[in-house]
Amino acid sequence: METTNYQQAALNHQRNGIEKFSKRTWMWTAFFAIWILVGGYALYLQISKGHIVTGMRDNVVWGLFIVNFIFFIGLSYAGAIISGLFHLLNIKWAKPLIRLAQIMTLVSVIVGPVFILLCVGRFDRLHHLFIYPRLQSPMTWDVLAILTYFVGSVLFLYMSLIKDFAVYRDAKLNVPAWRQKLYKILAIGYRGAASQKRHLIISQNLLAIIIIPLSIMVSSILSWIFGMTLRPGWHSTIFGPYFVLGALYSGMGVLIIAMWMYRRVYKLQQYFTDKHFINLGYAMMILAAGYGYFTFSEYFTNWFGSAKWDSEVIDKLFNPAEYGWWTLFANLFGILVPIIIVALPFTRKKNWITGAAFLMVIALWVKRYLIIVPTLETPAIPMEDTRAAYVKYTATWPEWALTFAGIAFFFMAFMLIAKFVTVVPVSDLEDPSLSRHSKESETILPASENLQAI
Amino acid sequence: MEKQENLDHGRRDFLKTITAVAVAGAACGSMACSCNSAPAPVEKKVKLLSPDGEIVEIDSAYLNHQEHMAIVSKLEARQGIAGKRFVMVVDLALCKNARKCVSACQKWHDRPEDTEWLTVKLMKDSEQSAPYWFPKQCFHCDNPPCVKVCPVDATYKRQDGIVLIDNDRCIGCKFCMAACPYSTRVFNWSEPHILPEMENLAYNPETGMPAKVGTVEKCDFCPDRTRAGLLPPCVEACPNGVFYFGDENEDTVTNGSETVSFSQLIKDRAAYRFMEELGTKPRVYYLPPKDRQFPVERGYENLPENLKDRFRDIMEPSKKS
Repeated sequence: METTNYQQAALNHQRNGIEKFSKRTWMWTAFFAIWILVGGYALYLQISKGHIVTGMRDNVVWGLFIVNFIFFIGLSYAGAIISGLFHLLNIKWAKPLIRLAQIMTLVSVIVGPVFILLCVGRFDRLHHLFIYPRLQSPMTWDVLAILTYFVGSVLFLYMSLIKDFAVYRDAKLNVPAWRQKLYKILAIGYRGAASQKRHLIISQNLLAIIIIPLSIMVSSILSWIFGMTLRPGWHSTIFGPYFVLGALYSGMGVLIIAMWMYRRVYKLQQYFTDKHFINLGYAMMILAAGYGYFTFSEYFTNWFGSAKWDSEVIDKLFNPAEYGWWTLFANLFGILVPIIIVALPFTRKKNWITGAAFLMVIALWVKRYLIIVPTLETPAIPMEDTRAAYVKYTATWPEWALTFAGIAFFFMAFMLIAKFVTVVPVSDLEDPSLSRHSKESETILPASENLQAI
Repeated sequence: MEKQENLDHGRRDFLKTITAVAVAGAACGSMACSCNSAPAPVEKKVKLLSPDGEIVEIDSAYLNHQEHMAIVSKLEARQGIAGKRFVMVVDLALCKNARKCVSACQKWHDRPEDTEWLTVKLMKDSEQSAPYWFPKQCFHCDNPPCVKVCPVDATYKRQDGIVLIDNDRCIGCKFCMAACPYSTRVFNWSEPHILPEMENLAYNPETGMPAKVGTVEKCDFCPDRTRAGLLPPCVEACPNGVFYFGDENEDTVTNGSETVSFSQLIKDRAAYRFMEELGTKPRVYYLPPKDRQFPVERGYENLPENLKDRFRDIMEPSKKS
């Protein structure tokens, strides 16, 4: 497959990254594997002894697992929407970022659903979801949505990888024979012929058009697991868009962090420039403002309306003896700090932005916890239970172990995928130093023309 | 004992009349023959369907009469009892938190002390209002939020108004528990303790026996008893006749000692349903705690300490701190 000099240079630049499996990579893999093994042991305990090993009880029936589920699956939707938009709008500067967003989509769409399965008391009956499905249940909607979304996002990632696989195949990389063969199979005979290009770009555009609304739908359905119940703090019409925005926002943060890490480890300064950080920073700031607006609307209407049941949850969230400090943390670092850091020219630098993104991602995880647990701790009928575990949820070590196993898997998969494909997609790269006029002679058609082609 | 006889009699009648087709395995699976104790024959023959499909006649004394034997198929347990609309009325003026209903429920359903399908809460609606005892079981809502959200149809609404759970189907996702606004449902967080004689019982949603780990359960209005024409144990056990149970179609409810017209009772006593505003349409009505028979303290003074703890913040607000 033909490549421009710029693309060839990009490949050579990243060659080391995918050819060599350094000692350091081995050590990190082992490190993550240990966490996953610990999680595996916790899972064994949970299966053999029942959910009694978790902190979940009859009042707080869901805990860390569902928090992680919302968190990871949110990252996945964000990755799909971001990469879909970048692709569809044909944003030139964002081309090096698409792969990163798609890897995030793929890894988190694997990790996320694992966590909701951990909430299920009977693993041996999971097939009941398919043999006795009840379409009225938001849970069934979610199963269907996530499965559809999983297929869609895998296809979308693969489509955008085909050209790169062809490049790797032709580049005679210094990798074992099985990998060369795998690249060859995965490239499905792509040679860059005009008809191949046309078919590929149409497929990609179609998938991008499908995956963006699909992500929004799936994210809303996820929120409806909570929104469709009658509970205060959940039963809210704002929940669909709130979750979509929250997903997009936290995903933007993880994307910035991933960019920062790969830039450092793989020396990709040339591709992940300050401009990328600042642009994504702006996007993060806008999303922060939107998220802040939704959060404010949610709390303010409940507080002002002050219905008894709603107020109980609001009181818990803002009472320093209960969740007050966490609420402060979640909203300070989840909303205010990112806005300020990006808004001030002095801190609008890549390290500052990444730092803000890092804190924001943690804050948004905490925020998900604050959505789930305080509501479950506030039943309509007085709890009047004397068993401490039933009154207040405290996560146990198996839950934490499985949480960290999920995070470790996320990092490990991210790392290993980057050993198999280049982090910066090679075949779609364009030399930013070339003038705008020369760009139009490039082989890739602008999206609008492709749409007409469809 | 008399009730037991009644139940057995009902079963015998049933078994005599059923055809081989209708048996469908559900009954014979649990009606295990136990000959080790060898009691004296009473010469009362019972016809049974053997596992091989043959009708055999056995002396009644040789049979192990199971209390919780499913007498219906799973399909019938899904449909409910034809022509019935079960309803309950709870007279809050009569409750003194004797907790006989709670223990009777636990005994009948073979559930441990911690598992309260039926529980008695102490309600205090506002700062100034007087606290009152509030027995609470499943409300068997006509618009049940729990049934709406079940992804596998494990919990369902029957034509007789009962909301039941099939613990053979439940995957334990707990969505129903999150959806129920009344905290009615409980989960088997670990392997439940089961009496040895219950272990081999064929499970049926109507009996809910034996309990299964990793699944959700709740008050079931005891359909196995109502099918046999008996009252739920909570109704029978209450020393004050707090619970009226009956059939809305017949417009009759009884607390065991007196039988009254359901519509008249809820009209005369200004019955209400808990949190009507949620739109769940409960099948349990409450008679307001007006002209109470007992001071609220009567239900508190003699409680063991661990139970007192539940209500301490209302009963002894000064001691709380």
